[in-house]
Amino acid sequence: MAMFKKKKNPQEDQSSRDGFIKRLRSRLNRGDSWLTYDLTKLAPGGKIDEDVLEQLETQLVSADIGVDTTERIINGLQRRLDRKELKDIEALGASLRGALLDILKPVEQPLEIPDAPRPYVILMVGINGAGKTTTIGKLARRFLDDGLTVMLAAGDTFRAAAVEQLQVWGERNNVPVIAQKSGADPAAVIFDACEAARARGIDVLLADTAGRLQTQQGLMDELAKIKRVIGKLDPGAPHEIMLVLDASLGQNALVQAEKFHASLGITGITITKLDGTAKGGILLSIADRLKVPVRFIGVGEAAEDMQPFNAEEYVAALLAGRQDN
Amino acid sequence: MFDNLSERLTQTVRNLSGRGRLSEDNIKDTLRQVRLALLEADVALPVVKDFVERIKKRAIGEEVGKSLTPGQALVKIIHAELVALLGEVTVPIDLRAQPPVVIFLAGLQGAGKTTTAAKLARRLIERDKKRVMLVSVDVYRPAAILQLQTLATEVGALHCSSTADEDPVAIVDRALDESRRAHADVLIVDTAGRLHVDNEMMAEVQRVHAHAKAHETFFVIDSMAGQDAVNAAKAFDLSLPLTGIILTKADGDARGGVALSVREVTGKPIRFLGVGEKIDALEVFHPDRMASRILGMGDVLSLVEEIETKVDREAGEKLAKKLKKGRGFDLSDLRDQLQQMIGMGGMGAMLEKLPLPGGINAAALKDKTDEGQLRRQIAIINSMTPGERKFPKIISGSRKRRIAIGSGLQIQDVNRLLKQHVQMEKMMKKMSKGGMKKMLRGLPPGMMPRGPMG
Repeated sequence: MAMFKKKKNPQEDQSSRDGFIKRLRSRLNRGDSWLTYDLTKLAPGGKIDEDVLEQLETQLVSADIGVDTTERIINGLQRRLDRKELKDIEALGASLRGALLDILKPVEQPLEIPDAPRPYVILMVGINGAGKTTTIGKLARRFLDDGLTVMLAAGDTFRAAAVEQLQVWGERNNVPVIAQKSGADPAAVIFDACEAARARGIDVLLADTAGRLQTQQGLMDELAKIKRVIGKLDPGAPHEIMLVLDASLGQNALVQAEKFHASLGITGITITKLDGTAKGGILLSIADRLKVPVRFIGVGEAAEDMQPFNAEEYVAALLAGRQDN
Repeated sequence: MFDNLSERLTQTVRNLSGRGRLSEDNIKDTLRQVRLALLEADVALPVVKDFVERIKKRAIGEEVGKSLTPGQALVKIIHAELVALLGEVTVPIDLRAQPPVVIFLAGLQGAGKTTTAAKLARRLIERDKKRVMLVSVDVYRPAAILQLQTLATEVGALHCSSTADEDPVAIVDRALDESRRAHADVLIVDTAGRLHVDNEMMAEVQRVHAHAKAHETFFVIDSMAGQDAVNAAKAFDLSLPLTGIILTKADGDARGGVALSVREVTGKPIRFLGVGEKIDALEVFHPDRMASRILGMGDVLSLVEEIETKVDREAGEKLAKKLKKGRGFDLSDLRDQLQQMIGMGGMGAMLEKLPLPGGINAAALKDKTDEGQLRRQIAIINSMTPGERKFPKIISGSRKRRIAIGSGLQIQDVNRLLKQHVQMEKMMKKMSKGGMKKMLRGLPPGMMPRGPMG
């Protein structure tokens, strides 16, 4: 059995973390400038009025935060403005930061793999093209670095070459991949993988599934079946049902999260592709509405570009002006 | 929160009364709702602003038709403007070039390029009887090449093999050669997904594109994409001479506002919608359908038009004459009404098209008012004698039993129909005095299925 939680040199850990924040900042503010940068320009005299708030509202909506959540944030700021609490741009920035943190802080709950049970089964779900398989590859790397043993289950038996794609990730990370032929019953594949992982004393089993739209009821039922079947081997499994969401999606991502949650009871969310110019504002809508823990965010192709979600870092990156980079 | 624009509009226009012209005042609230609805549909903010401004200019001073409220009139304008903006229906794929005609697909990661490539191939093979070759220059995503190869076999297309350690430009050169030698009519090039801000990758796709000598260059984008889609579309449009756009995953429940944004910033026509993971799930784009979907307003307009055209005018006039002459609304008239409703797809279809006020549960109503119900009611009337239809009062208990047996229904059903007819008759009398509009307003919810069209 492998050593659990072998910690890396803390200093090295810290430096890679700093690097990530820097990348997060530079990526979130690439392309069009955002928030503070524009706000400073907007209130040259430093006076905060309704116009500034309206401009801010516009900015929030452009970040896919959604009309509902944006309105709530702006209404809060408006109340403070009415009470004359927003004297200058700094006060506005601080209030905004507070409002965003109020929404995001509660969902900042990193995924911790406990010492038992084994295998710890993580079921990855999401729509087509969200980045499930790539996320599995990166998470596998991460768990290996933490000193855990990992196995992958090729539960996407539908899409052409999905099994092979996962196998490549298995080879890259040198971890076993349990797969059957294309078209096999995904529940059976994952069940077999659970048994194999148990027999081999594997710590973490990452189970891939085929992408599906939340409107395809039959396929949503299939996921529920997979969950049920895994539960036969270990009533607590799957221990984590992780929804993978593409950060460049708009308001439908909220619908997605709601429907996957209703069908399966998701226990964590990972946001991918935050390295475009999209701000992933949908994260705020989802956090605001569903309160499901956000586990990881991904800002790039490299494995170290996927890191545990940290509300303060994310908000800081959002609010950082271009000049700070 | 409102579910869709029609509900929003129902809320705002309720306060508007009277007819007249649209003015800045009476459309202000409605325009705000339109703005929010478009934003919720993921239409990009700058596009929304322009659009709302245009609507405002066009709407102010517009005369409101007699049968419409200002809100409905505005929706009509909005819909027309949306359709205009979404563009005309164009040729799905232009093949008027020397073969092999090259179709080039580009877009962000996870947009659905590879699946789309296979769907296009299938369409060209099955509909247009073309010989199609597929090639993948995605040397980055693990197993992307294998994925396309598998799909090529599935749709019966040729496949130009490539490996992950080749240079994409070299692959494309070779694919052109091979497709010529294989006498392929069409070569579809599937590229790796890339971010529009990744300069290196954007330069690469330009290089590959230059070598491919593409006749059609499609930008493939997820119909669920958010506000950032405009930036991606702009960047791809700048880097590549796009000839069209393909929206994928349109079978989900996203509003697809991205269609509007992308169309607006690139000016390029939307050619296809991907509507499922099966390889035949590719549809030609229809601007009017997408407009209705973005507005989330069902199909109010086509309903208005349908009522205008499908209701048999002659029958209506005959009825009106009859009513004027003082003769009653008898059961054969009711039967005509029911038949017309079936002609319009039944009450269920109509309900779907109508923006119902929040209090009414569309699904429950639909249950009561399906086509089967209408047909059963007609069956009851058909089982009556002409005399009974003309003078329902003569229908006694034994006649009812006979009618019930004749129509295969219960006596209670006959009773219900007769009762409805009495109510209907009363309403018709009112109508001959006050006109359709008044009657519609006086319609109790329970009477909805009994069809007020006339």
